[in-house]
Amino acid sequence: MVKDPEVTRALAREEGMTSEEYDRACALLGRTPTFTELAIIAVMWSEHCSYKSSRNHLKALPTEGPRLIQGPGENAGIVDVGDGIVAVFKMESHNHPSFVEPYQGAATGVGGILRDIFTMGARPIASLDSLRFGALDAPRMRYLVGGVVAGIAGYGNCIGVPTVGGDLYFHPSYDNNILVNVFSLGIARPDKIHKGLASGEGNPVIYVGSRTGRDGIHGASLLASAEFDAGSDSKRPTVQVGDPFTEKLLLEACLEAMKERGVVVGIQDMGAAGLTCSALEMAARGGSGMEIDLDQVPLREEEMTPYEIMLSESQERMLLVATPESEARVKALFEKWDLEAAVIGRVTDTGRVRIAWKGKVVADLPAAAVADEAPRYDRPQARPAWQDEAQRLRLETVPDLGDGNAILLRLMASPNLCSRESVYQVYDHMVRTNTVVRPGSDAAVIRLKGSAKALALTSDCNPRYCYLDPAEGARLAVAEAARNLACAGAVPIGTTDCLNFGNPERPEIMWQFARSIEGIAEACRALEAPIVGGNVSFYNETEGKAIHPTPMIAMVGLLDDARRALTQWFRREGDVVLLLGEPAGSLAASEYLALAHGIEAGRPAPVDLKRERALHDAVRAARDGGLLASAHDCSEGGLGVALAECCITAPDGAVGATLAVEAVGAGGRLDALLFGEAPTRVIVSVSPEDRDRMETLLRGAGVPLQMLGKVGGARLTIAAGGAAVVDLDVNDLRRAWRGALPALLAR
Amino acid sequence: MKFGIVVFPGSNCEHDVYHVVKHLLGHDAVFLWHKDPAFSGIDCIVLPGGFAHGDYLRCGAMARFSPIMGAVKQFAERGGLVFGICNGFQVLSEAGMLPGALVRNAGLQYLCRDVSLRVERQDTAFTGRIKQGAVLRVPIGHGEGCYYAPDALLKDLEQKRQVVFRYCDERGEVTAEANPNGSLHAVAGVVNERGNVLGMMPHPDRCAEEILGNTQGRRIFESIVHAWQQARRNRL
Repeated sequence: MVKDPEVTRALAREEGMTSEEYDRACALLGRTPTFTELAIIAVMWSEHCSYKSSRNHLKALPTEGPRLIQGPGENAGIVDVGDGIVAVFKMESHNHPSFVEPYQGAATGVGGILRDIFTMGARPIASLDSLRFGALDAPRMRYLVGGVVAGIAGYGNCIGVPTVGGDLYFHPSYDNNILVNVFSLGIARPDKIHKGLASGEGNPVIYVGSRTGRDGIHGASLLASAEFDAGSDSKRPTVQVGDPFTEKLLLEACLEAMKERGVVVGIQDMGAAGLTCSALEMAARGGSGMEIDLDQVPLREEEMTPYEIMLSESQERMLLVATPESEARVKALFEKWDLEAAVIGRVTDTGRVRIAWKGKVVADLPAAAVADEAPRYDRPQARPAWQDEAQRLRLETVPDLGDGNAILLRLMASPNLCSRESVYQVYDHMVRTNTVVRPGSDAAVIRLKGSAKALALTSDCNPRYCYLDPAEGARLAVAEAARNLACAGAVPIGTTDCLNFGNPERPEIMWQFARSIEGIAEACRALEAPIVGGNVSFYNETEGKAIHPTPMIAMVGLLDDARRALTQWFRREGDVVLLLGEPAGSLAASEYLALAHGIEAGRPAPVDLKRERALHDAVRAARDGGLLASAHDCSEGGLGVALAECCITAPDGAVGATLAVEAVGAGGRLDALLFGEAPTRVIVSVSPEDRDRMETLLRGAGVPLQMLGKVGGARLTIAAGGAAVVDLDVNDLRRAWRGALPALLAR
Repeated sequence: MKFGIVVFPGSNCEHDVYHVVKHLLGHDAVFLWHKDPAFSGIDCIVLPGGFAHGDYLRCGAMARFSPIMGAVKQFAERGGLVFGICNGFQVLSEAGMLPGALVRNAGLQYLCRDVSLRVERQDTAFTGRIKQGAVLRVPIGHGEGCYYAPDALLKDLEQKRQVVFRYCDERGEVTAEANPNGSLHAVAGVVNERGNVLGMMPHPDRCAEEILGNTQGRRIFESIVHAWQQARRNRL
């Protein structure tokens, strides 16, 4: 048998601890930790598990609201939707594993977030995936896109949870560090909610699910808590392998167990840092202790050491606390689903987690101190030296729009704006038969069976905005998410964020992070969309080059009547097209400048959150009044792209429109008028008879309105400043838009 | 009428079928666990969609060994109605209860989208409420739905009019573009010779309700109910 190495400061460093952290651990125990203890503390205090660099900042986020039942700190957040239903949701990242091994990395990302949902007693009913890839010509990039999409499909389809939306964005800042952020939402009856806590002295601690193997050791602590470098390929073994079928069994068995009264006391999935994290967190939350006998843990491989057993991140495992009376029932329920259930320990009242192996105590740790008292860092911040230069936009040398048709066609067929159909059609987005609005509109809408209500789901973040102005970019991401919900007819009820940044030990990254938190906090407060939980992913950089700051925002909205969900595309010939909100867009930070002129500069147009809120309220009021045939958020690509989308994104075909846009405050530039970007803009179509009522409603709400034209015909024509700048057959446009992604990925 | 919906480990659409027959059509429905070797009092067995046993082997290859499949076979032999949707179709073909096999989609990818189906005959227990030649819009969701059978068998099936649904375009024309998975003869659904066991890859359970924007799938379930009611009337 291999003997444990001697615990020293140098060994602690190998495990990812700083010298100060090692001293802190020694002081906490009053002695030198054992090898197993050192490993446990190191992983619990890793950035991924402890949020040591972010925790001080996260406090600023608004985490209260009238519907909020459970905020951050549990496996997922909980929001009351009424009618005896609560929604349980969260978003998480699986970036580094997906870059090392895209299929399994993405698949286990889906598996992990689903466990976070059903461990609370909720049945997952919808997922979103927010993906950020590098330039398609970057090394391995097409392989990464294909692998990630296949991994999400492979896991989500098999387990039977529909993937109803998300977003996909390409930018060279992700060339060496892609982002895979996965959101999942479940529903539950309020009295069936369970939490991850261990209580009741003498209660059995039961291990259920797959056996423990040597896979994924240090997936969280090393892979997700350090930068990539040339040696990252050697970390492939730290990526776990997913088994969606076993997780499906685990899901059904756990929900059955939690449905019965008094069977499950507490339950938590074994995710990052595996058994270590579950045992310590459950004991810490319950104010209790735990005795665990590692000889009882079902193992996949022989001769695993305590270190390996405690740190394994084998997938599809849960730890649950039952009562002595319910122990047999738990075993019978899991046996029904052909799953292993092994009693591996008992709850104690000592406040300590004591781990035995072959009759010897190999770790004896104070649960609360290790779980909750990780070091916290107020890391230094500094505004990047390049920020001012990046924000300076020189338009004098940029020629104005030449051929409007060519540019619009090019934009609609570009990686960031073309149709995502070829991706979402490999995801089962209909299973469970709740999908009222399928992928391809501003927000997906899922109805809630047994209720008239529905939930709208969206995720958003424009990394270019965030890079050029982190605080404004974060505000804009929240505003866009809320606007997407409003365009579906929904009112926000909760937000989960997935904060993807570079190395927090660098002051300019920390500055980006802190500004982003400020922006999210301000916007979530103004739009009454409290944060229910989320995830921080640091160290998204390779050899010193960080990704653009990417605070992904996933937001959930409520519709009282599922039948009144709105979609983005024009629906009736003869309808009037109106632009609601701020008429002028800005070329700063725009997709058009990046695509057509290779310029990524300027400050994104700022959002006035009060006006934004008034716009959303007005859209919902118009919907309630039965005035709207469609509503579409106007974002990347500006007015020109949004109008084209209204014409061509309906699932069953295209319809034309004859439109004119006025030159308002755009400095006389046609490109700014057509492709300039700004928040607080929504395009709606209404029947001509309703136009007056619409104008009255908007005037009352103080929301500006501009009449753009009419739906009809087979051509999209847009006149600006009196001349036709766009005149295209909508079927040509639709073909270019639909065919682009398969062609781009096939090359 | 009472539907029995078989639940395999890995079934995903049992609740979807239950919702249609119980909540939308107002009939009785029970779940039947795959380990149960027998059942009684059931008028129609439904094998729902999903990934029975994970489908890590060939789809449906494990499920056919589930204890309940013996009883399902006997039920069919006595003339009981058996309806396999998607994975259920795969299970029925692996179990030898329907001819042919379902193999990997021609495009090698899972596909979830609406397709058009031409109803090839009205004189089955599953299509009695739909006119022959009618075109239905129904979603698919599968990676292995390419129908395959040897030439002789295909010829035989066509002769005996066992192809009930065929992929087609919106006007009912069978074209290569309208075939989502490369199925031979564009087969989307087949019935056994006796006419009481039907399998189809598309999901009528996903389009049986106004709120989902499409109620056409409902007509297949209504046909089953209609056939059962007629059979009962004839017995009385």
